[in-house]
Amino acid sequence: MPAPPRIHRSPVHRSVLWLRANLFSSPGNTITTLVVLGLLAWLGTRFFEWAVVNASFGKASVATCNALAGHGACWSVVANKWRQMLFGIYPQAEQWRPALAVILFCLMLVASATRSMWHARRLIALWGLGTLVCTWLMAGGLGLTPVPTALWGGLPITLMLAVFGTLLAFPLGVLLALGRRSQLPIVRAVSIVYIELIRGVPLITVLFMASIMFALFLPEGVSFDKLLRAQIAIILFNAAYIAEVVRGGLQAMPKGQYEAAHALGLGYWRTQQLVILPQALRITIPAQVNSFIDNFKDTSLVIIVSIFDFLYAVKQSVVSDLEWRHYFVEGYLFAMSIYWIFCFAMSRYSLWLESHLNREHRT
Amino acid sequence: MEELAQLAGGVEEIIRIDALNKWFGDFHVLRDISLRVRRGERIVICGPSGSGKSTLIRCLNGLETHQAGTVVVDGIELTGTLKSIEAVRSDIGMVFQHFNLFPHLTVLDNCTLAPIWVRKQPRARAEAAAMKFLQRVRIGDQAHKYPGQLSGGQQQRVAIARALCMTPRIMLFDEPTSALDPEMVKEVLDTMVDLAKDGMTMLCVTHEMGFARAVADRVIFMDRGEIVEEAPPIEFFANPKSARTKQFLDQILDR
Repeated sequence: MPAPPRIHRSPVHRSVLWLRANLFSSPGNTITTLVVLGLLAWLGTRFFEWAVVNASFGKASVATCNALAGHGACWSVVANKWRQMLFGIYPQAEQWRPALAVILFCLMLVASATRSMWHARRLIALWGLGTLVCTWLMAGGLGLTPVPTALWGGLPITLMLAVFGTLLAFPLGVLLALGRRSQLPIVRAVSIVYIELIRGVPLITVLFMASIMFALFLPEGVSFDKLLRAQIAIILFNAAYIAEVVRGGLQAMPKGQYEAAHALGLGYWRTQQLVILPQALRITIPAQVNSFIDNFKDTSLVIIVSIFDFLYAVKQSVVSDLEWRHYFVEGYLFAMSIYWIFCFAMSRYSLWLESHLNREHRT
Repeated sequence: MEELAQLAGGVEEIIRIDALNKWFGDFHVLRDISLRVRRGERIVICGPSGSGKSTLIRCLNGLETHQAGTVVVDGIELTGTLKSIEAVRSDIGMVFQHFNLFPHLTVLDNCTLAPIWVRKQPRARAEAAAMKFLQRVRIGDQAHKYPGQLSGGQQQRVAIARALCMTPRIMLFDEPTSALDPEMVKEVLDTMVDLAKDGMTMLCVTHEMGFARAVADRVIFMDRGEIVEEAPPIEFFANPKSARTKQFLDQILDR
């Protein structure tokens, strides 16, 4: 059959057609388009004037910023205080250590995202070794000045809580999801109670429990690190949510996949490991990334138990300084852009991952 | 008597079903089924839908559990314990109506999964064996494709090869051609005929009466959970004894 004749149009012509069809199809539509465009242009120019044209860049003094009288952004606050914003109250002289740890950590994330690293042994080696080095850099010892976790703060805390809070919650979440669908009544009951209990309370409550209540149950004199307790609380919290996402994926699996695996003599765990989970987890990627982005942002709640994450470090570095305290908007915008970079990278990665894994056609 | 027959003539029973009963809730799906299958025998099971024929062969590898009666496969009684079921399963190949290939694995990986993880074969050996079986079902050139890239008939042949890779002693076919487009039925049936010629013990639930005529040693007709009639194909088609069988044959042979 011959192909239908194609009308060749220049890109300009095509975009004019698109505009006419989508934005100017009727008088009402045209007016709405113009009003919205006008509003956007006005807001855009105002913001551009404030953020770029009139703004103060570089390590200018607070006097320069005050002279702008609010007509321009004072990015100098970031230029002056970025170290405190990124690393909180970590000793100044040692701040190269958290900086190096953050870079290393980001490299580990990028490496794990690469196809050639997707072998259990390589990933375990990478994360085992990487975590050791990062911990050593942060905590010190073995030739480095020891820094107690009470002085840790800023971006390293946020990254650590978010990444380990998801990474270690994942296996637990998968087990809980399998448990909830198990035919063993006790396993099922325990999983359901756990998931529903955790999902029924806010993260703040769990953090509070971990930080204050938990200590009451430990014998006198026994305590373990507050940061570690918060990290464990986040892991336990996220696991319940991951479990429900995984359960959604498991429910989408046709019964025939289990039957085919069983008929070949594969037992329960092998069936899950080799047949069910690889497919079920793949279809939950968008939901998993969504919950990871949530987790990443939710880590800012740890200030409730006096752990100084990135957002808190940014706020504190500006607000606690009498001279600079008016320029918190610029500080928050800086924090926002850092959060955005991480979250946007994750969402792009999830799109790539989906298309990469879905290249195989399904039956 | 059976023991005597075995001793005397070497007629070896590979499947022995006695007074098998099964219910789905209140629905009595299998009623007092008794069946003997000799090694190398080819049996075709037919009957109207809902007659329990699929359920019967699914009881043989524990995909369904029965509530009363005994099922002995290759000397192992299926008692519902996981051990007895897993021991039996790896020796029984099963081909499903909807193929049930693993869509996330290539054709070759579909075939080597169980040999590697259940039989603990080294990968190279499992792959060599799988290629042999894939070539035998004439699909060796597709080994590195994913199931979704193949036609229904090709997928079903892969499913047969996948089952053969476990070197089963019995093959169960659960309506293997019912989900196929008409033009693909033949390629799957041809593969099954080849298998029958090699002496494989086969139990096929199918409505392909041509296949039954060509290879079956016995045809079993089931209705409402019972075995109504069983006979060699010539007798079964020429001379059905029960009225229900006649009615069923009239319906499906008229097509």
